Amino acid sequence: MNERQGFKFIAVFLNMAWFASFVLIPGLMVVGISFMTRDTGTFFSPPLTLTQYRELLDPVYAKVLGTSLIFSLNTTLLCLFISYPFAWILSRASKHRRPLLLMMVIIPFWTSSLIRTYALVILMKANGIINTLLSAAGIVSEPVTLLYTDFAVYVGLVYSLLPFMILPLYAVMEKMDLRLLEAARDLGANTLQVFVHVVLPLSFPGVLAGCIMVFLPAMGLFYVPDLLGGAKTMLMGNFIKNQFLTAMNWPFGSAASVFLLVLMGLMLIIYFTFSRRFNRHQAL
Amino acid sequence: MTRWLKISWVSAVFTFLYGPLLVLMVFSFNQARYTTSWQGFSLKWYMRLLDNPQLLDAFFNSLTVALISSMVATALGTLGAFAVSRYRFAGRKLFFGLVYSVMMSPDIVMGISLLMLFVLAGLTPGFLTLLIAHVTFCLPFVIVLVHARISGFDPAVVDAARDLGAREHEVFYKIIVPMILPAVLAGWLLSFTLSLDDVIISFFVTGPGFEILPLKIYSMVKLGVTPEVNALCTVLFLLTLAAVSAAHVLTKEIKR
Repeated sequence: MNERQGFKFIAVFLNMAWFASFVLIPGLMVVGISFMTRDTGTFFSPPLTLTQYRELLDPVYAKVLGTSLIFSLNTTLLCLFISYPFAWILSRASKHRRPLLLMMVIIPFWTSSLIRTYALVILMKANGIINTLLSAAGIVSEPVTLLYTDFAVYVGLVYSLLPFMILPLYAVMEKMDLRLLEAARDLGANTLQVFVHVVLPLSFPGVLAGCIMVFLPAMGLFYVPDLLGGAKTMLMGNFIKNQFLTAMNWPFGSAASVFLLVLMGLMLIIYFTFSRRFNRHQAL
Repeated sequence: MTRWLKISWVSAVFTFLYGPLLVLMVFSFNQARYTTSWQGFSLKWYMRLLDNPQLLDAFFNSLTVALISSMVATALGTLGAFAVSRYRFAGRKLFFGLVYSVMMSPDIVMGISLLMLFVLAGLTPGFLTLLIAHVTFCLPFVIVLVHARISGFDPAVVDAARDLGAREHEVFYKIIVPMILPAVLAGWLLSFTLSLDDVIISFFVTGPGFEILPLKIYSMVKLGVTPEVNALCTVLFLLTLAAVSAAHVLTKEIKR
């Protein structure tokens, strides 16, 4: 082996070995164990079954799945509704102001979302700022219950995930050719028509990317429902966590994780199919 | 959209993003313990922080893990990015697939899969398992960042170096690394921040013997709010802010 081959071998081998040991093998383990049976001694034992998946469809657990999907879907829609106009305004801001505004979106993105969730707890406590302000203004006489409600969970999820929606939307909108909008207008389209027929289709890849980046993590953020929902709200993340740390049911927890992985796979397929079709469309 | 509507929409979103953090920071200077009413400026929670060995230990542990894991991830990832851009090898596509799937897959799935691996391998959860997990989730970010930078180069530079007699490792250390240094540093800073902030994955792979800050904060908040946490979060926020700003300046350097 000459020197070049040696260096290549080391560089490739180290990285491949790392990903194989700590991504590929553990990932395959999750899939494998999800088809096994629960065993209190060794965590799981070999008879291969579909029991875990059948059990996921049991009304009790199907309800957790359903609630989780609804929470994620609503969070995604809320984020989209807030971010779409926001990203549009940002992408049309003057050139020298844009980097600063963008940076202001990125800062919370890289700040611990646990700290941000905790900040919301302070705000929404019974004797928190919001209640203090509301009663000072004479709007309420009794403190309103904000914390430990579904509402608080929604605020927490949107708060943690909003930048994941804003950034991909901004990325497509910034590249949009404004002359297309002018052309549509010149051809007699009104504002609504320009939006529906030009802006919306052109921003579609960003909408799709943003939705994927919000929808999936929304299911896994177990500490948001824990801290803001008072553990009343059981989402997929909390469910998987409980199966592993409290119920010690590895196969069942694995099956729930496989469900998340399949969902991720589906969303990626949708994304790539649409963006390929979109690019072909653009090229014409 | 009218100008007025635009301004109010943008300010509303920014208020939503920054309001809670601002309140947290202001109240870390509040004299009072339980009420959220303002009772005068005080640094006592910061003092209390300095007197709390448990919190300081957790902070020190977090810094140690973040420093070491970000350095390992940067070294490994830079080598990996160099390898995928310079060599053709079997499994190159699989490698890229794994890099992107790590970035996309939900944190909780990575957390539990590593937990299972460590338990079955008989590793005691603690420093080592935490380190491995943090390197694993930082690695793809370094690879993608550095790879983007390397692909922007003229490959003739490397050929010229080889014609002039540079050996492969010299090409890497003397030609490639100096050229991609801003991307490497940005990758390192991002890894450092990611490691410092991670809750979900760390939650599964650390044990009671080795406490890190985000998990300590998590348990403190769950048990009941103490104002030290406000002070701690303020310190942590400012630290992240500094790291992110530095990374931002470096990424700007990359685009140039």
